Formats: sequence, structure tokens, C-alpha cells
Amino acid sequence: MGIDLPLLWAMIIGFGLMMYVIMDGFDLGIGILFPFVRDREDRDVMVNSVAPVWDGNETWLVLGGAALLAAFPLAYAVILSALYLPLMMMLAGLIWRGVAFEFRFKADEAHKPFWDKAFMWGSYIATFSQGLALGGFINGFEVRDGAYAGGFLDWLSPFSLFTGVALLIGYALLGATWLIMKTEGELQQRMRALGRPITLAVLAAVVVVSLWTPLAHADIAARWFSLPNLLFFAPVPVLVALATWALLKSLHGESHAAPFLLALFLLFLGYTGFGISLWPNIIPPAISIWDAAAPPQSMGFTLVGALVIIPFILAYTAWSYYVFRGKVKPGEGYH
Amino acid sequence: MFGLTALELARIQFGFTISFHIVFPAITIGLASYLAVLEGLWLWKKEAVYRDLYHFWSTIFAVNFAMGVVSGLVMAYQFGTNWSYFSSFAGSITGPLLAYEVLSAFFLEAGFLGVMLFGWNRVGPGLHFFATIMVALGTLISATWILASNSWMQTPQGHEIVNGVVVPVDWFKVIFNPSFPYRLAHMTVAAFLATALFVGASGAWHLLRGNASRHVRTMVSMAMWMLLVVAPIQVFIGDLHGLNTLKHQPAKIAAVEGHWQNTPGEGVPLILFGFPDMAAETTRYAVKIPNLGSVILTHEWNGQFPGLKEFAPEDRPNSLVVFWSFRIMVGLGMLMLALGVWSLWLRRGGRLFRSRPFLRFALWMGPSGLIAILAGWYTTEIGRQPWVVYGVMRTEDAVSNHSALVLSTTLIVFIVMYAIVFGTGIGYMLKLVAKGPQPGEDEAPPNDRGQSRRPARPMSAAPDIVEPAPR
Repeated sequence: MGIDLPLLWAMIIGFGLMMYVIMDGFDLGIGILFPFVRDREDRDVMVNSVAPVWDGNETWLVLGGAALLAAFPLAYAVILSALYLPLMMMLAGLIWRGVAFEFRFKADEAHKPFWDKAFMWGSYIATFSQGLALGGFINGFEVRDGAYAGGFLDWLSPFSLFTGVALLIGYALLGATWLIMKTEGELQQRMRALGRPITLAVLAAVVVVSLWTPLAHADIAARWFSLPNLLFFAPVPVLVALATWALLKSLHGESHAAPFLLALFLLFLGYTGFGISLWPNIIPPAISIWDAAAPPQSMGFTLVGALVIIPFILAYTAWSYYVFRGKVKPGEGYH
Repeated sequence: MFGLTALELARIQFGFTISFHIVFPAITIGLASYLAVLEGLWLWKKEAVYRDLYHFWSTIFAVNFAMGVVSGLVMAYQFGTNWSYFSSFAGSITGPLLAYEVLSAFFLEAGFLGVMLFGWNRVGPGLHFFATIMVALGTLISATWILASNSWMQTPQGHEIVNGVVVPVDWFKVIFNPSFPYRLAHMTVAAFLATALFVGASGAWHLLRGNASRHVRTMVSMAMWMLLVVAPIQVFIGDLHGLNTLKHQPAKIAAVEGHWQNTPGEGVPLILFGFPDMAAETTRYAVKIPNLGSVILTHEWNGQFPGLKEFAPEDRPNSLVVFWSFRIMVGLGMLMLALGVWSLWLRRGGRLFRSRPFLRFALWMGPSGLIAILAGWYTTEIGRQPWVVYGVMRTEDAVSNHSALVLSTTLIVFIVMYAIVFGTGIGYMLKLVAKGPQPGEDEAPPNDRGQSRRPARPMSAAPDIVEPAPR
């Protein structure tokens, strides 16, 4: 058979991870924006705007973990054990906010502030940990004899701390623009006003990461700045500049959906940039998707189920977004 | 922490998170089938009591399902974070099986759970019943994949080892490995039993407080019939499972029985109680019944099976732990049998809903099914030691290189967090149980009233505010 199974699986997992980042990104962003919105009713509207969809968003995280184990067991083993602490923090954060989501509605009045705080802190911890993990991933892992050979805190570096903060800002942008689309009135105005500094901060973060990464990694610099690659990849930074400009304009425009769509596009460009930098490695800096691949029997066996069931999950996701389209109004809660 | 090694702490951490997790799926499996039966009875007999019970238990099902999803998130990552050598060695087999479990679970959630929890008034009764059945079937399919994976670790076959990693050769053999059918049957029936005991205890609690409505009586009666029929079946399956284990993992059986060596020509006694001492290679303070061990395990008066001394010391599982975890499981099983038989006895003369000693017993047996499940899993998992994949990979070679300090810290974080999170969740579930089934004044279930657009999220099927049950 002429199917390149590792490539196909890398695409499936890459797609799943992108779905996760985009979709859980904006609902984590809601929690990140909590400190900027004090009013109880506004907070309810914010949470209600993502209530129908958030747990479906985390579907992709579980699916990604299981698919990585099935298709690239070596990558799963090395990356997850190397990133032990940030991943444990991420899981703790996600559990925390996941249940806080429900309990802040179901708890009695006295306990509601507790679950509000849990929701906020869970969102911050989960996002920051994901950013730490991302930074650690880009920096690469020391592998010897088919196992992680580095230390417990190798992922911790100024760069990963920066990507942690950068991801907080990025998700905040997704959250703010999502709220511009889903709310109206005073809350929407506040988000439009917040959108501008956040967008500028995102731009700054993108610029810093784009310079820092090639400066620290010669091979990534070579990937981007050699000819003819430079010409192929030039659209990425150009599009980033254009998208940012359009986003800043749309924040003051008429459209309610444009800021969110542009923010998604911006995030997609960042994701593409990482893909270009790291390709074809699944364990940076040196182990490719073909080196880390499971035996073809495993990949083929799992592929059948993935190809049958993922379209169902996508269709269901699309349907639930369609059902809950439109503005969320105060008091018209889902709860 | 407490002088434990990194390996022991990694095992405790995994054991802690998975023990918390398994409780929820077990109840999910049992309740899903119970709901399918209730809805079937409602469609067949058209008696409102079945419909009302369906709505009552479906809200509890929803909360329980959500707890299972949240606690399961951790499991998808722990194989890599804590057992990275196991993952890179055997991920080519356990990975696809785990992936299929996740895919089946999400397929069920995407397709039918929403209809089941929120569609009562939106789709026809036939389609709704179909959705409920599919959810019940989906939970069983999920269990099948996970148990195939675990059973392969207990009795591996259908693979070969190439360049130091496992390569699947025959998926049929991998999935239908020797211990899989027994483990699947044993666990599924255990989930049914645990649910029947939980439902029965809920009803008993209401009866003890004087709430003897038709709904409560129906619930208790159904649970007790289930117990009466299923508990003996479980004993039978358990016996077969034990024989299967003796054939494939004799060291586990020796440890479970605290059996160290055979005397030529003599049968093996059954040790009822005792304290196996690994260092002294003996079982202290043993209370024995002559030849009963032979009868149970070989079905012969003087039959023999290997003692622990026939295995090298480094290949022996910890007898003290599995000896006792096994006896807790079996002891609770005997109490379940007794509860079922007692309920049958009380039905003569209609004392089932009035006998306070019986109702108190049923109440106390509420968590026994779940405790027995945990004890059983400790027996089979600790009994597999020192292997993670039996005879193929040792647990000490499977664990990631994390220090004891790191593992203690994360373990404490998990314990504190789980106590708060799942404590609140379980508390909320019990509050729902305490409210009791309500006779439906209208057709709409509580989760369908007054709101046009609903999230298809499990927890939303449960009401936000739960009023305490009227005394």
C-alpha cells in the first residue's frame, strides 16, 4: 500500500491539536478575562456563552493523548514524561475549572465565590502550563536509547516562561473576541476596548517568539531564512501583519464576528509557524514522525476507527455550535 | 514520603487516580442498562412509575457521567507521564485499544447521550428508547476495549518483540486473549451489582424515613430481584475467572491463597484468615479448612496447585495485600448473596418494605459493590506484580524516572484536589438521591422545563437547585 501512515497520523493529531487550541482556547480565555469583569451577572453571561460547548472542546485533548499513544508511542512516552510537571499542572487546572464550571451554578450562594475563583485559577494554571509545555517542546528533548534522558526541570527556561505568558495573552484575545461575537451592550463594549491592548500584546508576543526561536535554534533559523524557503514562507509573517491590522480595525467596526474570525486566523498562522519550524520532528530536535511511528499494524488498525468516528464528532460539534448560535442575554441562562 | 520508593509512589499515584475514576464508569455502566430497562417497561406497560423513575435516575446518571469524564482525563495522560517505558514498549498494543475506547465513548456522547438526556419531548418515544439503548450499549463497548487492554497485560498473546518493542501480529488474538472473556464478564456483572446495591440503598434510605411511595417500593423491589439473580451468577463467573488465573498466573493464585508449599499426597487447605509474611515465607495465624483449597481451585479432593515457594522471590506478588483484598471482595459478595436471599424471604407476607433490620442492612450495603470492585482490582493488579505485562515486562522497568519528592508532591496535590472536587460531586449526587423520585405532574422531565435552548451537556440535565426531601 502506498499510504504514508505516519504522515497521515501526524496530520490527524496535528488537526486534533489545532481543534483543541482553537476551541478550548476561547473558553479558557473566558476564565482568563474574569479578573477584568467583576459583575456577577456579566460573569454569568460570559460563562453561559461557552457553557454548551466547552466539554466537547476538551474531547480533542483526550483524543489527542490516546491517538499519540497509539500512533507514536515513543513520542508519547518521551514528551509526556519530560513534561511531567507542566502536564500534571495542566490536568489539575482543567479538572478544577471543569467542575467549577458546573458547581458555580449548582452551589449555594455562600460557596459561589469559591467556585468562581476556582474557575479563574484553573483557567490560568491550565493555560500557563500549556504554554510552558509548548516552550519546552520547541526547545527539544534529550533522548538516549529510546527514552527521555533529560532532567525533571529541563522544560523550564526563560523561553518557556515567555511562551506561558504568551499563551495566556493569546487565549485572552480569543476569549475577548468570542465575547464580542456572543454578547451585546456594555459587556461587548468593554471587550472591544480590551481587545486593542490585548491584540497589541499578542503581536508583540508573536514577534518576540518569532525572533527568539531562530536565534536559539540554528536549524530552525536555517529552515526559515534559507532560499528558496524564505520565499515560500514569507506569506506567513506578511499575513500576520495584515491580520493584526484588520483585527485592530474590526474592533471598532460594525461586525460582531470579524474580530473572532481574525483572531482565529492569527492563531492559525502562529500554529502554522510552529509547524514549519519543527517539521518533520515529533520529538524535537531530531526524532521525526517516521522514527517515532508505531508499527504499521497498530497505525492501520486504529486508523479505521478514527476515520469512521472523527467525522461524526466533527458533525456533532458543528451542529452544537449551530444550535447555540446568536447572542447570549443576561438572565437567559442555559442553566 | 513515608520512606516509599519512587516506584511505589508512582504505583500509589496511578492506583489512587484510577480507583477514583473506576467508581464512576462502573455506576455509569449499571445505570445506563437500568435506565434502558425502565424506559422499556414504561413503553410496554405505560405505568407512570417507570417514567418517573427514569427521569429520577437519568439526572443522577448525568452527574455521574460528568464525574467519569473529568476523572478520565487524567488517565489518558498518566501512561506517558508515569509509565513512559511501558508506553514506548507496549504502546503499539495498549495505545490502539485505548484510542478505540476513547473513540467509542465520544461517539456515544456525540450521537446518543444528548438525545437521551435532553430529547424526551423532542423525539418520538421509539427513537428516544433507541438512544437510551445505544448509550447502554456504548458503555459496554467502552468497557470491552479497556478490559481487552488490561487483560492483554495480564495474559499477553498475539504479539512479538522486535527491536525491543512489542509489535502486534494478530489483533484477534491480542483482544481475545485468555483472560479477557472472564474479566469482561466479571467486571460488567460487578458494575450491575454495584448499581443494584446503590439503587437498593437509595430506596431503603427513603423507606427508613417513612417515604414508602410506589416509586420507592418499585425501585427497591427491582434492585433486590437484580441482586438475587445476579449475585449467584457473579459467584459462578468469579470461580471460572479464578480457574483461568490459576492456569495463566499461578503465582497470583498462590499469593491470594497465602499458599506457600504443597505436602506430597495431601490436598491444599483453604486458609480463611491469616497474615502472609513475605520475609518468613509463611502465613501466620492461619485458620484453615482442610482440602477446601483443592476442591475450589482444582475441583478434586487432593488436587494440588503451585505454592509461592515454587516461584523465585523476585517473581512473587505481595501475598499480604492480595490475600486480604481478595477476602474483602469475596466476603462482600457473600453478604450480597445474603441480602438477596433475605429480600426473597421477606417478600412472603409483604415485609420487604417494612422490615427495618433488612432496610438498614440494604442501606449499609449501598457502597459494598464499589468497594468489592476496588478490592477485586487491587487483587488482580497487585497480584500481577512484579510484572506490568505479565512475563514480558517488569513494573520496575516500566516507570518513568521521576524522583520520590516529585511524585509525593503531585500525589498530595491530587489527593487534596480529588477530595474537594469529587467530594463535592458525590455530595451533589447524594443530594439528588435524597430528593427522591417525584410523581410527574406533567409530561416534561425536570431538565426540560421552561428553556428553549439547552446545552447538550451531561451535568445540565441535573437541576441547579436541589430542595431537600420532605420529611
